[in-house]
Amino acid sequence: MSRIEQKFAQLNEQGKKALIPYITGGDPEPGYTVGFMHALVEAGADMIELGIPFSDPMADGEVIQKAHERSLAAGTTLEGILEMVAEFRQTNQDTPVVLMGYLNPIEYMGYANFAQKAKTAGVDGLLTVDLPPEEADDVVPLLKEAGIDTIFLIAPTTTPARAAKIASHASGYLYYVSIKGVTGSATLDTQAVAEKTAELRQLTSVPVAVGFGIRDGASAAAISQVSDGAIVGSVLVNKIAALAQTPEQIPAALAETLNEMRTAMDA
Amino acid sequence: MTKANTYAELMQLPDDRGHFGPYGGRFVSETLSYALEELEATYKKLSADPDFQAEFDKDLAHYVGRPSPLYHAERWSRMLGGAQIYLKREDLNHTGAHKVNNTIGQALLAKYTGKPRVIAETGAGQHGVATATVAARLGLECEIYMGAEDVRRQALNVYRMKLLGAKVNAVESGSRTLKDAMNEAMRDWVTNVDSTFYIIGTVAGPHPYPQLVRDFNSVIGREAREQSLTQTGRLPDALVACVGGGSNAMGLFYPFLADEAVAMYGVEAAGDGLDSGRHAAPLCKGSPGVLHGNRTYLMQNHDGQIIETHSVSAGLDYPGVGPEHAYLKDAGRVNYVAAEDEEVLSAFRELTRVEGIMPALESSHALAYGRKLAQSMSPDQQIIINLSGRGDKDIHTVAGIDGITV
Ligand SMILES: Cc1ncc(COP(=O)(O)O)c(C=O)c1O
Repeated sequence: MSRIEQKFAQLNEQGKKALIPYITGGDPEPGYTVGFMHALVEAGADMIELGIPFSDPMADGEVIQKAHERSLAAGTTLEGILEMVAEFRQTNQDTPVVLMGYLNPIEYMGYANFAQKAKTAGVDGLLTVDLPPEEADDVVPLLKEAGIDTIFLIAPTTTPARAAKIASHASGYLYYVSIKGVTGSATLDTQAVAEKTAELRQLTSVPVAVGFGIRDGASAAAISQVSDGAIVGSVLVNKIAALAQTPEQIPAALAETLNEMRTAMDA
Repeated sequence: MTKANTYAELMQLPDDRGHFGPYGGRFVSETLSYALEELEATYKKLSADPDFQAEFDKDLAHYVGRPSPLYHAERWSRMLGGAQIYLKREDLNHTGAHKVNNTIGQALLAKYTGKPRVIAETGAGQHGVATATVAARLGLECEIYMGAEDVRRQALNVYRMKLLGAKVNAVESGSRTLKDAMNEAMRDWVTNVDSTFYIIGTVAGPHPYPQLVRDFNSVIGREAREQSLTQTGRLPDALVACVGGGSNAMGLFYPFLADEAVAMYGVEAAGDGLDSGRHAAPLCKGSPGVLHGNRTYLMQNHDGQIIETHSVSAGLDYPGVGPEHAYLKDAGRVNYVAAEDEEVLSAFRELTRVEGIMPALESSHALAYGRKLAQSMSPDQQIIINLSGRGDKDIHTVAGIDGITV
C-alpha cells in the first residue's frame, strides 16, 4: 500500500477528510521550503502538494505565477525540489508528498531518471497539469515501478466517459478541479461540486480530492462534506508573497490559515 | 519503399492523436480536453464539407484578395547573379500578411460552433490584426493578448486592433513577448471555454491546431505550385520561408512535401548570432520538450525552463516552433537555418530599394537567407521565397535603428 493510500485509509477510519496544502517549492527561497512543510504538517496537513516551479505556468493564476517567478529567480531547480523532499523525509516518514507541476522539467530530466530520483527522495505522487492520460503512457509505468502514484485532474468539462477513462489510469487520488479557470480565481459552487463528486464515486474507488477556490475554513468544510479531501493553494501562497521579505514569519502565518481549515473540517 | 513514397507519406501526418512522430500531441490541462475534442470533431466534419470549403475559398478570393501573385523579382535576381527569385506575395493580402488565411478559416469554425467570442495571442500584431478583422466582420467579441514588449515595438498594429473593436491586453509576465501572450490566452480560454473560440496564430499549440492552421495556410503552397508550373513550366528548385511558430513556412512547404526535387529552407531568427545565446532558433539550437500543448523543439536551460529569446522581429521572437517542423527537421526533409538581425535589416533595405517592395522584418529573414542561397545557384535555377508580410508595421523599428523618430 502506498503512503497516500495508507493516509486515506487511516483518515477514513478516523472519520476525517484529507487537508492538502499546496506551496510552490523554493518560494521565496529554496532554504525555507522544508521548514514550511513541517509547519504545515503541525498545523494539520495530511499530505503536501509541493509545486515544481516552471517558467510558463499556463494553468496558474497570478498568485501562483508570481510564486514560480520568485522561486526560479532564487535559483530553484527540479533537482533542488527533490532535495527538499529528501530533507523533509529525514524527520517525517508519514506525510505523503505529491509533486505538482508542468511536464517539461520532468521530461528534460528524463522520465526514468526522474522516477528513480523521486523514489530515492521519498516522493509519493506526481501531478503534471499538462499531462493528460492519453500522453502519459511513457511515464506512468516508470512511476508505478518506482512506487509513485500518478494523480490526474478531472474538470467540470470532463465528460463521464472520459472521467471513467481517467479514473482507470489514476492512483493515489483524483484531483477534481472545482471551477473552469486558473488557480486562485472565482469562488466555489459546492452544489455543483457535490454532483460531480457523486458521479465520480460511481466510477471509481480512488479517493477524490477537490481543489481551486478553497480559501477559508467554511469553504474547506463545505468541500470536505462532499469529497475525500480539500486542496488549498493560492491562499497559502498569498501569505508567502506578503511575507517574502520577512520569511521567518511565514510558518506561523501558514499554520494559522491551515489550522482554521482543520478545525472547521473536523467540527 | 521508395524515397518518393516516404516523402508522400509525410503528407499523411499527423496521426489521429495529433502526433507527428514523437512531436505534437495534446499536452493541456484537463479543462481544455473537451474543447479540443469538440474542435477536432468540428474540423473533421467541416473540412470534408464542400459547402464549408466553398465558403472558405470565396472569402479568400473576395475578402483576402487571393490568389496572391508569384512575382519574378527580375532586377534583384540579376543583381545577385544567381538563381531566379520568385516572391510569393502574401504581403498583398488584406491586412498585410499570410496570417489572415488562417483567421478566415478559424473564424468560420467559430461561426459554425456558435461561439460569440474569440481570443488570440499575437507577437508582431499581424495575427492580432487579422483576428480583430475577421471578428469585426462577423460581429464577434474579440480580445487579444500581446506581450508588453511587443505592444511597445508594434504600436501601429495595437492601434489598428483597437480601431477594429478588439480589446488588447498587454501581458506583463515572464519575458513579456509572444510566449507569455500565449500563456495568458490559454488562461483566458480555460476560464471562458464555453463561450470562447481560441484562434491560435501559428502551427503550434495542442492538436488539432497545428493541423488546421497548416491546412488553412496551405493555400499559399497550392497556389505557388500551380503558378510556378504555369509561369515557368516547372517546379522551383527550392523554397525559402521564415519560421517563427512556422505557419507561413508550413503553408508554403506542405503542398510540395512529396516533390522530392524541391529543396526547402526554413529560416529561424538568429538575433545577435546563433552562438551569442541571444536568438530565437529552437530548431537550430534547441532541444525537444513540451510547451503550449505540444512536444517540439524548444529553447530551454539545463532545468527544462524556457529561456528568453531575442530577435529584431516580434513575430519570430518565440522559444518554440510548430511540431510538424520538428518532425520535418528530424526526417531531413527541410533544412533549418537562421539569419542574424544585421543581415535581415540589410535584406529589408535591399528589397525595398531594388524592387520597391517593403517586406516585414519576419519575411526579411527568408529574404536574407534566400539571397545567399540564390547566389550559390545558377541563373537557370529558380527559388520561391515566401514574402509572408509587408513592412509597414516595422517602420518604427527600422527608423529607430537609424536613429530617427517618425
Ligand atoms: C509577416 C509575418 N511573417 C511571419 C510571421 C511568423 O509566424 P509564422 O512562423 O507562424 O509564419 C509573422 C508573425 O507575426 C508575421 O507577421
